[in-house]
Amino acid sequence: MAAEQATVDPMHQFTIEPMFGTDHWALAGHNIAFTNSALWMAIVTVALWVFVAGGMKRQLVPGRWQMAVEGFTGFIDGLLAANVGPAGKKYVPYIFSLFMFILFSNVLGLLPLALFGAHPFTVTSHFTATGVLAVMSFAIVLVVGFFKHKLHFFSLFVPHGTPVVMIPLIFVIELVSFLVRPFSLGLRLFVAMMAGHVLLEVLSSFVIGGINAGPGFGLLVSVPSFALMVAIQALEILVAGIQAYVFALLTSLYLNDAENLH
Amino acid sequence: MPQIAQLAETYSSQIFWLLVFFGFTFLVIGRGMVPKVMATVSAREAQVAGDLAAAEAARAAADSAEAQWQASLASQRAEAQALIAKAKAEAAKASEARLAKAASATEARIAEAEGQIAKARASALAEIEAVAAEAAGDIATKLAGLSIDAGAARAAVKEVLHG
Repeated sequence: MAAEQATVDPMHQFTIEPMFGTDHWALAGHNIAFTNSALWMAIVTVALWVFVAGGMKRQLVPGRWQMAVEGFTGFIDGLLAANVGPAGKKYVPYIFSLFMFILFSNVLGLLPLALFGAHPFTVTSHFTATGVLAVMSFAIVLVVGFFKHKLHFFSLFVPHGTPVVMIPLIFVIELVSFLVRPFSLGLRLFVAMMAGHVLLEVLSSFVIGGINAGPGFGLLVSVPSFALMVAIQALEILVAGIQAYVFALLTSLYLNDAENLH
Repeated sequence: MPQIAQLAETYSSQIFWLLVFFGFTFLVIGRGMVPKVMATVSAREAQVAGDLAAAEAARAAADSAEAQWQASLASQRAEAQALIAKAKAEAAKASEARLAKAASATEARIAEAEGQIAKARASALAEIEAVAAEAAGDIATKLAGLSIDAGAARAAVKEVLHG
């Protein structure tokens, strides 16, 4: 460890490595190696499946686990009812999957599994993954919008009460802000996750470096760094929930545009 | 930054596995399990609402039964009052009749008794007249030495007695 710590690379935790000798798997010429990223996607899916399955006892008087699962479904249901209205009910499965998948990815990626030799990986710290989710949400918005309102959907880009002279300019501005949505949606989540993990890694390298440099440095650098790490870790848990919520909230707001136009 | 450095070699793998696992999440968990969880919630809400409605209906039924009971109580009370009044009136009438009957019987007996009294009085008076006439004759004989015949004595006594 002492030899390595001189070259601590806070970005190393985001490295994707093929696992189980699958690095030559390909589909239609594209590499589909089963990587650590895919492994953590699988872990997230299984954990989520176990969590929801535990709440499927369907008792009239729910137990704690059932209460927790029903709390999440009720939360998503309420989110859609508040932002989209009665038409939002049919998006509950998608928004629930989205929210819970992101939440579990964020939280499981924060687990201190390195203490047990495992290397946790945050699926949502790669903009490829968050981008796929964002493009998926954006595509649903486009499909629903154009299916429901046909070409009238373009009136979304002209807010009510816009002076006629301003319409071309406003239209372009609104169109650009609309087209930026998938990028902002995906990048926000990716950046929030990556920044937190980098910060934790940098602080932990300070702790290790301080201890290795001697008791004086240890007291001066490692102790405050460790205290800050604890605080940042708490903040990161909060951010993990908030970013999942923001992704689900923004998706439901965009779905509201598609369902109800204005 | 591995996100960019590894982009070319890993993007297809990430997209593929994300679609696989998110697709599983959406289809199996989102479409398969979440509606069941939400159906449980809405079934519970329906059950609670139904129970509340049943309780409300039971309370309304109890209220109406009580009102009905009160009404029947009032009507029975009125009926009883009417019966009592009728019985009272009948009893009063009967006692009046019996009183009248008794009074008439008493009157008849009084009249009878009065008749007997008058008869007794008359016979007593007649006896007194006879005795008085005899006594007057005797007195006149003894005191004056007159012999007065019985008819004259009786006439004289009758005159004195009847004024």
